[in-house]
Order: sequence, then C-alpha cells, then structure tokens
Amino acid sequence: MSLLRLEPRGQASKTMVYATPLLAVALTLLSGFILFLAMGFDPLKALHAFFIAPITTQRGIGELIVKATPLVLCAVGLAIGFRANVWNIGAEGQLTMGAITGGGLALAFYGDGGWWLLPLMVIGGAIGGAAWAAVPAWLRLRFNASEILTSLMLNYVALLLLNYLVHGPFRDPDGFAFPESRLFESDAVMPILWAGTRVHLGGLFALLAVAGGWLLIARTFVGFQIKVIGLTPAAAGYAGFDQKRIVWLALLLSGALAGIAGMGEVAGPIGQITPSISPGYGYTAIIVAFLGRLHPVGILLAALLMALSFIGGEAAQIAMGLPKAITGVFQGMLLFFLLASDVLIRYRIRFGARRVVA
Amino acid sequence: MHSHAETPPLEAALPRLELRGITKRFPGCLANDHVDLVLQPGEIHALLGENGAGKSTLVKMIYGVLHPDGGTLLWQGRETVVPDPAGARRLGIGMVFQHFSLFDTLTVTENIALGLDNAGPMDALATRIRTVSERYGLALDPDRHVFHLSVGERQRVEIVRCLLQDPKLLIMDEPTSVLTPQEATKLFETLRRLAAEGCTILYISHKLEEIRALCSRATVLRAGKVVGACDPRQETARGLAEMMMGAELAMPERPPQIESGKARLTVRHLSTTSDNPFATNLKDVSFEVRAGEILGIAGVAGNGQAELMAALSGEVLVADANSVVIEGVAAGLLGPRARRALGLAFVPEERLGRGAVPELSLSENALLSGYAREPLVRGGMVHFGRARAYAETIIKGFNVVAHGHRAEARSLSGGNLQKFIIGREILQRPQLLVVGQPTWGVDAGAAAAIHKALIALARSGAAVLVISQDLDELFVLSDRISVLFHGRLSDSRPTHETTVERIGLLMGGLFSTPPDEDGEIVRAV
Repeated sequence: MSLLRLEPRGQASKTMVYATPLLAVALTLLSGFILFLAMGFDPLKALHAFFIAPITTQRGIGELIVKATPLVLCAVGLAIGFRANVWNIGAEGQLTMGAITGGGLALAFYGDGGWWLLPLMVIGGAIGGAAWAAVPAWLRLRFNASEILTSLMLNYVALLLLNYLVHGPFRDPDGFAFPESRLFESDAVMPILWAGTRVHLGGLFALLAVAGGWLLIARTFVGFQIKVIGLTPAAAGYAGFDQKRIVWLALLLSGALAGIAGMGEVAGPIGQITPSISPGYGYTAIIVAFLGRLHPVGILLAALLMALSFIGGEAAQIAMGLPKAITGVFQGMLLFFLLASDVLIRYRIRFGARRVVA
Repeated sequence: MHSHAETPPLEAALPRLELRGITKRFPGCLANDHVDLVLQPGEIHALLGENGAGKSTLVKMIYGVLHPDGGTLLWQGRETVVPDPAGARRLGIGMVFQHFSLFDTLTVTENIALGLDNAGPMDALATRIRTVSERYGLALDPDRHVFHLSVGERQRVEIVRCLLQDPKLLIMDEPTSVLTPQEATKLFETLRRLAAEGCTILYISHKLEEIRALCSRATVLRAGKVVGACDPRQETARGLAEMMMGAELAMPERPPQIESGKARLTVRHLSTTSDNPFATNLKDVSFEVRAGEILGIAGVAGNGQAELMAALSGEVLVADANSVVIEGVAAGLLGPRARRALGLAFVPEERLGRGAVPELSLSENALLSGYAREPLVRGGMVHFGRARAYAETIIKGFNVVAHGHRAEARSLSGGNLQKFIIGREILQRPQLLVVGQPTWGVDAGAAAAIHKALIALARSGAAVLVISQDLDELFVLSDRISVLFHGRLSDSRPTHETTVERIGLLMGGLFSTPPDEDGEIVRAV
C-alpha cells in the first residue's frame, strides 16, 4: 500500500476549473523565478526579459500575433475533435500538407498570378490539410485504427514529403541548389494587416475560427451532438446521432484549419517553401487547446501565452545568454502545473496507507 | 478505531443496530430528520418510502458511504462511527446497492475480489463464488466479463459479493426487481434462511406485496422523517402505499380495449447474430403491436431483451429490412433517427448513460431525442428557448421533482428521471412507443403515474410495447403478454386468460412447444 493516495472529491468546483490555468501560469512564473535564481541570474531581470520586454514594442506585439495565428487555427480545430473524443495528434502534418498544397499552387501559377491566386491558395491549403486528416478518419472508421497513432505517424510522412519536394520539384531553379522554393510573387503573399509588423491576413482567419468555433460548439445542433458523443457515446447512439459523421467532421475541419495555418505560414512570414515551416505549432496547439479548456476564447488567450513563450525564449537567449532549452522548459512547466492542478481539483491527497484488516 | 472485543452474553439481548436521531443535511434539503430505527438480530425489516424520502441516504450512512450530521449509531449496543464501507464490512454490514458498482472490463471474480478486503487466491475465490451462487440459486459464471452481463446478472454479482462476507446485517436495496417470481421466491428462501441463522436484513423495495410476504416489521419514511412503523403482514399493499405517500393512491385503471387497430409495429422472423460470444441471439422472433394496445414482453434479463431493444431502436441494424416494419415501412436497415421520423419513440432500460446524459441539463436532455419530432432545431441551430420550454412542459406535465430545466440529469432521483424520459418520449406524440423496464426502482407513486401515462397513450391510438421483468407491472399494463426465453419469443396470450404462475413458468423456459435446443447442441458438438 502506498503512503500517498488520491481520493475523489466528488464534484469539481466550476470556479476552479477556470481558475486553474491562471494558477498554472502563476506557479510557472514562481518556478521560473527560483530556477533563474539557482542558475545565478537576476530572476526579476530574467523574467522581465522573457515575459515583458518582448511585448513592449510594436514589433514585439506583432510577432506575438504572428506566432499565435497558426496556434489558434490548429487548436480550435483540435478542440472540436477532442470534445467528441476524436484525438487528432496530426495537426503538424496537416499544417505541413496545407503549406505544400497551398504553396504548391503559388509555384504552379508563378508568373501568371492574379487577384484570384490567394483565395485559391487558401482553398488549396484547406483541402490539403483536410485530405491528410481524412486518412486517419477513414482508417478509424474502416479498420477501427486509433487515430492517435495514425495521425501522429502521418506527421513524419508529411515532413518527409516536404523534404523531398524542396529538394526536387519545388526547388528554386535559380537558387544554387538550395533546398528552398522561389520567393512567392506578390499575388501569392498574404496581405499585411498592420503596417510595420508581420501581422497578416491569417490573423483575421484565426479570429474567424474562434468565432466560428464558438458558434459551432455553443449554438449548433452539430455542436450539441459533439458534446453528447464526447460525454456519453451510448446516449448519442440512442438519440440517433451519426458518430461516423462526427468523426469525419472533426477530422476534416481540424485538418482544413491546420492546412490554412500552414498555407498562411508559407504565404505569410516565410514567403516561400522551406524545409522547416513550423517550429512545432501543430504539437504546441495540443497544449493550447487544453490550456484554453477546449473553449475557443480560452484557446485565443492560451495561444497568445504560448506564443509569448516562443518569442520570450528567443529574447531571453539574446539578452541574457540563457540556453535555448529555456522555451521548452517553460512550456513544459506550464503544462505540468496545469495537469497537476487539474488532478488536484478532482482529487485530494491523503497520506498514510489504507487500513487493512487481516 | 473501535474494539472488536464482543460481549457474547449481552449480544442476544441487544439490538443489532440502533439509530438515534440521525440527521443528514444536503445543500437545499434535509434528507434525514432525526431518524430513529431499531433492528433486532434475525429480523427482516422493511424500510419504506417514496423516491426522495431519504431511504438511500439513511442506508448509505449505515454503510459508511455518507456520514451523519447529527445523531448516534449503536452497533450491537456500542456507540460506533462507521468510517467508510470497508469499516462497515469489518463490522459485518453488507449492502447490495440499487445502482451497481462493477467494473465492466473485469470478470465476475475480479469484481468480487475488489469488493472483498481479503479475497485470497482467484481460483479459490471462483470456487467459493460457484458454491454460494448455487446454494442460493443465483446462477453466475465467475469467469465472464461484466460488460457481457445483463442488468439482472449484474445484480446477482452484487448479491453474491455480499453473501461471501457472512454479514451480520445485510442491506438490500431493490434486490428482486430483476428476478422472475420463481427466482424471487428462491431468494426469499435464502433471506429467510439467513435471518434464521441470525443475520439481520434491512430490506428496501417498492414491491409492497413482496414486503408483506417477507418482512415482519416495517419503518416508513416520508420527506426524511419516520412517519410510522407497522407489521406489514397486517396491512394491505394499498395501505402501505398510502402510508408512504401520505395521500390516497390513484391506481391506474386499464379501460378495456375497444378494438384493435392496424399493426403499427410488425416483427417478422427476426434473428440476430452478434460478434459478442455472450450475447443472446434472437431466434425467429415474430410479433406485432397494434394501434391502441399494449403488448408486454416478459422474461429474465439476459434472454435477448437487450438485443431486441437494440434491433427495434435501430442502434443495431438487422440483416433483413423486412424483419422490422414500422407503420408499414420496412425499417430494419434504418437508423434510430429515421425510425423516429416514422413515429417511433423509445425509452431504454438504462436511464443514465443512454436515455439521458448525466452531466447535461434537463433542457439539453429534452433536446437529446426531442429534436426528432419537436421544432427544437432550425437550420442546424439549436433553439435553446424552445428546448427549455419543452423541458418545462415535461417537468410540469409529468410532475418531475427537479430544480428546474437547469438541473443536471444525474441530480434527479431514479423515479423522477424516468418520469422525465417517459414524458419526453410521450409528449412527442409517437405512433409507437417501445419501453424497457419502465418502473424499475421507481416508487409506487411515480410507477402509478408512469403506468397511467402509458395506458393513456395506448388508448389514444398509439401502439405500446413494454419489455419488463416485473410481472406485476406487465399484468397491470398489458393487453397481451409474451415471454422471451433464450432469444425465442412465446406466442402472446391475452392477459386476462393467463396467470402470473403460468407466465413465470414460461420465463423459466417451459414453452408448450419446446424450442429445438437439441439441434443446436448437436451442431455445437
């Protein structure tokens, strides 16, 4: 018998469910403080460099939005699936496929673009991401294969495909054999929304995804079906909700949104197709979705926070000479504290072994 | 915590258990208000009361699941605090719950081992389970997984689990609701034998006839207070019911059927095959339910009821479209939504977790099946105002005791949730209603209301099919009765031409034309 036991609390407090993300942030900051102190840095200065300094300039805020954009797009789609017990772990691959198909259109029509090219790329990116997500959907419904494994494995396939393309068909003919495509022409580049920054049209798509995601979850009958399937699949069967349709919907929708995110990266801040499109947005989006409590507005806030950890990590490396791992350490601490407080609002810890009668 | 030293000379004279002024308060309600109760060794004592009267709260405190806010508990004359169920079991208190606490993915033996504090080796335990289940006539295969078991079989696991602990006090919450009359009689013999051996039995049931046959004393609770005590053998069932309700009982009357209308549900040669090796396949089941009538299907759980319900609701599609015909349309290949569109409404046996989503509010649960025939969804958007209004209509129309449409389904008592679900289905004005176990674990008042509503629905021209293990209920409701046994359905008989005994024998498998089990055995060998 262990000395430490978890005992269910019965009903979890509603206030605490929403307070825990804030608690997790506070604990992360506190641990960061101690960590910096132990490493011999001035903790206040280091935390300032990490969390405050990056957003004191217009450019910094712009970068925050640029980084948050793909996170929001991916996480909103994932959250809808997670609510219906559809565990899509493949947003990274779907994002990559969206970049390939959307960006591929930019290259295909290189030189004879027009106003229509960018909308076409958006649609192409969405279809690319959705098609990539359709594979795990079909495998789950046809062979009962876990979408967690299949969608995760397809991430690596997408990355290898991207590598093949930039080394082959997509390579810039005038690029001295560098594994990069041409720079997209102006018809194929996302318009900048905020002069002086790199905030592009994708940011608007992200806001639309938040609004649309909220509408779907809270107001539509499909959203209700997702809720019932997630909570009690047997009741959904009784009510006659088509679970296969919801699996398709959740995966195609999250794939399409991730695809648009990927297309937005290559047609936005990057401006061409390169071997490294994403610093792991598709994976970070999983953290964002849960940190935001699977709620679109929560996701928006969580994405901004995670984006800050990306740019704060870079800033702290430059300003203080902190190691590169600092970004991962802070993201990891945040997720750890969130999960820990989630456990503790549902269970209480009891010390001492359970009494056993011989 | 408490001493195990006993004082044998005094024990016989002392009550086994005495409660003095037990009080328990929940937010917004006083569940038990100064309850006194004395249980003597070797007596079978009934605890009576409607749903929500505080019976469950009281027994949960005896069993250590809840802790009283006030009052004292004396175990064999000694003031005792029951810290938790394990503590209760150490004292010698066993309990069979109305809602089962079993793990689906574990076997019967594994589940029982989890509930025992000293289970010992598994194969020895399996042998003990076999011995006890045979001795008390509770057929049980220790190696089967619980998710394969029917409700009735699951309850047997709970009963056997308690009997293995040689309890001094056995609390039974609705133990017979899933047994045939013959099986119930057998269980009563068991209980009487246990009582003769000195075990005290605290018996909770809504079946008043059963209490009159079994119990020598009864304590009646109403709204958390003890309102009376009596010897049930001296009372009528009606008198007991009225003591519980504090009002006169309106027994449902079944006006004679005027004429049988057209067939609204026709099942022809329905056979099912399942991948699940423990499922009971239906074999050539044929029957029809006509407009204006109630057909009752009796049978012990696990004889194909679950498979028949699934085949009728559309949750499982059958091979031949023509084997299930609803309102003249071959519906065997249609899903639940399309069948609802044809006029089917459906009340499943499991209320929480199938008929209702525990975590959702009543208005959302009204939408769960109400979307099919009520204007609650428009252009893909949920009309929450109308869902709320529909929930309120159900709550009012069926006297559902709940804190409004915002109450979560799981916060309702079993009887009130069932009234809500049946109300939700009936108010959709179905042409055909299929109901599984309509009043299992529901108190007399709510059961009478549900029976009345079902009869009214049938007499208004709908066809009603009731699948139940409760023969008293089927005899109150049905115009005709059939019996399901080993996946086969007997021919139906008009209710007034048959008796509980005859149907009980059919439930045990004594069909007049013996099913050709032999042929199958030959094939299996």
